[in-house]
Amino acid sequence: MLIAILETLPRVGVVSARHLPPTSAVAAAFVEEVRKRAFWVALGDTLTSWAIGLAIAVAAGVVLGFVIGGIGPLREFTASTVEFLRPIPSVALIPLAVILFGTRIQSALLLIVYASFWQVLIQVLGGVREVDPVADETARSYGLGAWARFRHVLWPTALPYVMTGVRLAASVALVLAITAELIVGTDGLGKLIGTAQASQAVPAMYALIAVTGVLGIVINVGVRAVERRLLFWHQSVRGEVIPS
Amino acid sequence: MTAVARRLVLILGLPVILLVVWWFVSAGSTTYYLPPLSAILDAFGRKWTGGALRDHVLPSVARLSLGYVLGVGAAVVLGVLIGLVRPVRAATEPVFEFFRAFPPPVLVPVIMLFAGIGDTMKVIVIAMGCLWPVLLNTVEGVRGLDGILSDTSRAYRITGLARLRHLVLRGASPQIMTGARQAMAIAIILMVISEMFAPTNGLGYSIVEDQRTFAIPEMWSGIILLGLLGVAYSLLLRVVEWRVLAWHRGLRRARRS
Repeated sequence: MLIAILETLPRVGVVSARHLPPTSAVAAAFVEEVRKRAFWVALGDTLTSWAIGLAIAVAAGVVLGFVIGGIGPLREFTASTVEFLRPIPSVALIPLAVILFGTRIQSALLLIVYASFWQVLIQVLGGVREVDPVADETARSYGLGAWARFRHVLWPTALPYVMTGVRLAASVALVLAITAELIVGTDGLGKLIGTAQASQAVPAMYALIAVTGVLGIVINVGVRAVERRLLFWHQSVRGEVIPS
Repeated sequence: MTAVARRLVLILGLPVILLVVWWFVSAGSTTYYLPPLSAILDAFGRKWTGGALRDHVLPSVARLSLGYVLGVGAAVVLGVLIGLVRPVRAATEPVFEFFRAFPPPVLVPVIMLFAGIGDTMKVIVIAMGCLWPVLLNTVEGVRGLDGILSDTSRAYRITGLARLRHLVLRGASPQIMTGARQAMAIAIILMVISEMFAPTNGLGYSIVEDQRTFAIPEMWSGIILLGLLGVAYSLLLRVVEWRVLAWHRGLRRARRS
């Protein structure tokens, strides 16, 4: 139905076809893009910086989250700094990235890592705090060591939060990857969108934008699938089996 | 007294240490891109007083605030309507999920086609970016209304505006605030990149301009100002949330004990 509306609006002249081309024109432009090698290279570039940035951010967020969250005094000591640094918009770092790295992939990575790191860190900190004190004390009284307690008490409690953090971070990382390509000009889909816009290739621009939207959906669905597999034992997943 | 002192040390300790370290490590810095903190602060004082405040900071703040309020307002109205009417919800939800998946920055070139590079475009971009997270959360919140509360208010013949205000909006407010927080982060990002992509004036424009003309301490001062702006807006939002969700906190505390 949406497609039908998008097709008819420009045809009957409600909006100018120069601004919003009919879906058929966008589809034609899409087919043309898919034939080009540059498109696939750009798609690969976007996914590469997305994946590397996300991996760094998740690793750093999980490690620091458990260290800071696990040690009470450290957590209190860093709380104000975390609260201050977190709302700083990552796009503020764009000029810094440009003078440090130019249009190399590191520019995109800097933005991606900064933005998605906080998503993971905050969730992990929240997850560590949710540890059931009774479970923790039971484990202690059974003489479980620090590692065993981490493995069997802390990690399972925090894992759902970690996964929520990863899911949020995955979307944010895509946003920042596209931003870096659009504004800084690192290689990828965003750069192609910018070029298409600048050269008035409107249908191609819409086609590329649609690709980023599909990318967003695929990433979302993919992360959710991973989440469900890792958390098959957790109430939030098991609850879905029986429709309530 | 000691408790207060302890809290102060905990809150201010690390930031002070970090600033002092930054100050001394960068003091003798001859690296062009990493100027001493003293030079950055000096540039901050010179740059962000008087003219630049009016020419760049005010327009940015005005666009951000206007776009945010428009976007969130429209999202709450639409969200309540969609959430209350089941068939509309079923028809629109997949479409919304689809639109939400688009990375918001791609809005900039699209809206530019329709609205040029002026203030209108930037406000629309910010409003559109804020719309989706709030809309989806509002629909979710309205749908998750407590059935017993809903039936009770119906039994007491609470209808119309009173029902909307005390039952629907109140009940959905935790979710609406979650969406509002997500929207704020997106709004600031969109404000900056719309100014960078379609440069006329504003903070984003000014920072990029400093970077291009290699006014590095000024650029750093702009980055710091943007950071402060982000922090200020998040504090403001927290105050609003504190007031709006006072009932929610009380309810949760009562349930826990």
